Amino acid sequence: MTQIVQMKNMNKYFGKLHVLKDINLTVEAGEVVVIIGASGSGKSTLIRCVNGLEEYESGKLVVDGNELAPKGGNQKSLAAIRKEVGMVFQQFNLFPHLTVKRNIMLAPMKVKNASQVIANATAERLLNRVGIGNQANKYPSQLSGGQQQRVAIARALAMEPRLMLFDEPTSALDPEMIGEVLDVMRELAKEGMTMMVVTHEMGFAREVADRVIYIHEGQIVEEGKPQDVFDNPQNERTQAFLSRVLAH
Amino acid sequence: MEFQFQFDWQAAINSIPYLLKGVPYTLLISFGGLAIGFVLGIIFGLLSINKKWFLRWPATIYIEIFRGTPILVQVLFIFYGLPDLIGNPIDPLAAGIAAIALNSGAYISEVVRGGVQSIDRGQTEAGLSLGLSRSQTFWSIIWPQAFRRMIPPLGNQGIVSIKDTSLFSVIGVGELVRQGQVYIANTFTAFEVYFVVACLYLMITLSLSLLLRLLERRGLASV
Repeated sequence: MTQIVQMKNMNKYFGKLHVLKDINLTVEAGEVVVIIGASGSGKSTLIRCVNGLEEYESGKLVVDGNELAPKGGNQKSLAAIRKEVGMVFQQFNLFPHLTVKRNIMLAPMKVKNASQVIANATAERLLNRVGIGNQANKYPSQLSGGQQQRVAIARALAMEPRLMLFDEPTSALDPEMIGEVLDVMRELAKEGMTMMVVTHEMGFAREVADRVIYIHEGQIVEEGKPQDVFDNPQNERTQAFLSRVLAH
Repeated sequence: MEFQFQFDWQAAINSIPYLLKGVPYTLLISFGGLAIGFVLGIIFGLLSINKKWFLRWPATIYIEIFRGTPILVQVLFIFYGLPDLIGNPIDPLAAGIAAIALNSGAYISEVVRGGVQSIDRGQTEAGLSLGLSRSQTFWSIIWPQAFRRMIPPLGNQGIVSIKDTSLFSVIGVGELVRQGQVYIANTFTAFEVYFVVACLYLMITLSLSLLLRLLERRGLASV
């Protein structure tokens, strides 16, 4: 199988704070990897390293065949990586001055020089796919949180990424809107998209993930199939974490 | 002796044609200066938030000098001081436009800086994550949003600069105040004439306010 992400002994610091410690992780094409852990454990930082939103200090990172050097090194591959990797943020980060459709058309037109006609057709297709084809000409602020996040997913998909990163995509949503976003993600996974998902939605992780990774204080302490990690965690920190989050 | 003052409407009305000759100068200096000031403001405002210190420092020095000294001193320096250096006299109109440009440019730099910095970091991250370059991200995502936020403070600066041109009567530009002074020297109707001068300034600044209000409303409607 093709390795989409390969991390070898990756270390990252925020000043003196050691936030990622000797991370070794590979993600195969078509795999859905869910990363869980307490807040501040470094799980968001981990996926933000994949598309270079965070730099790392030492180790090795290869994304879809492009090696991204540590801080201070050659960052030439960054542009290529970002074209291949889509990202969905906790706060959606839609562009408020553009209509929903224009949000989706922007990157294909600017980065891939897609024509207006092609970009428009792509945007309409993707909006239908995430179930909000009728909202194309509205502005993001006129949409509900769940709809906004679905637009954000469509916006990332418009670049036809090989890998999608999800950074707590449902954490800023009202409870009744979480389902509609998870449904879209579930569909994506079914269609074979390679995904790295940071989430607190344990139900989603159990159902959709091929592999679950538990991070504690910047270290991967447990990794395995969802049923193994959730039902039979080996590490006592994983056990403690799961008993806290699954208790309710 | 009993003192009685009567507002002489006739004198006020008579002064209007003469005073109106100053309006084009006032408008030319303020809007000409502001146009250049806007360009300076974008350049130095963006430089002042650059990561590289050798770009940031010159911008900061420029901003601090022109914000920190009176515009009257600036225009006197340009008009009376600079000719000593360059060996040629400077046209008072050009000196006035230069003073407004440099002075408003410093304030507009701060407006630009504030506007750009007020845009959430997540917008930049979203742009970069989609594969846009830094400059594409800035000009198609950050700048349009920042500019909208800059409209009210830019309007403020426009009004301040229009009023600042009144100081340039000291270098002999035939703008509104200068016209008033010359007229009063012949008619001794200071009260009436300065009243009309004030009204003319008010008409200019109120028109600008109105225009900006309309702009803001249109800007907001599309966010």
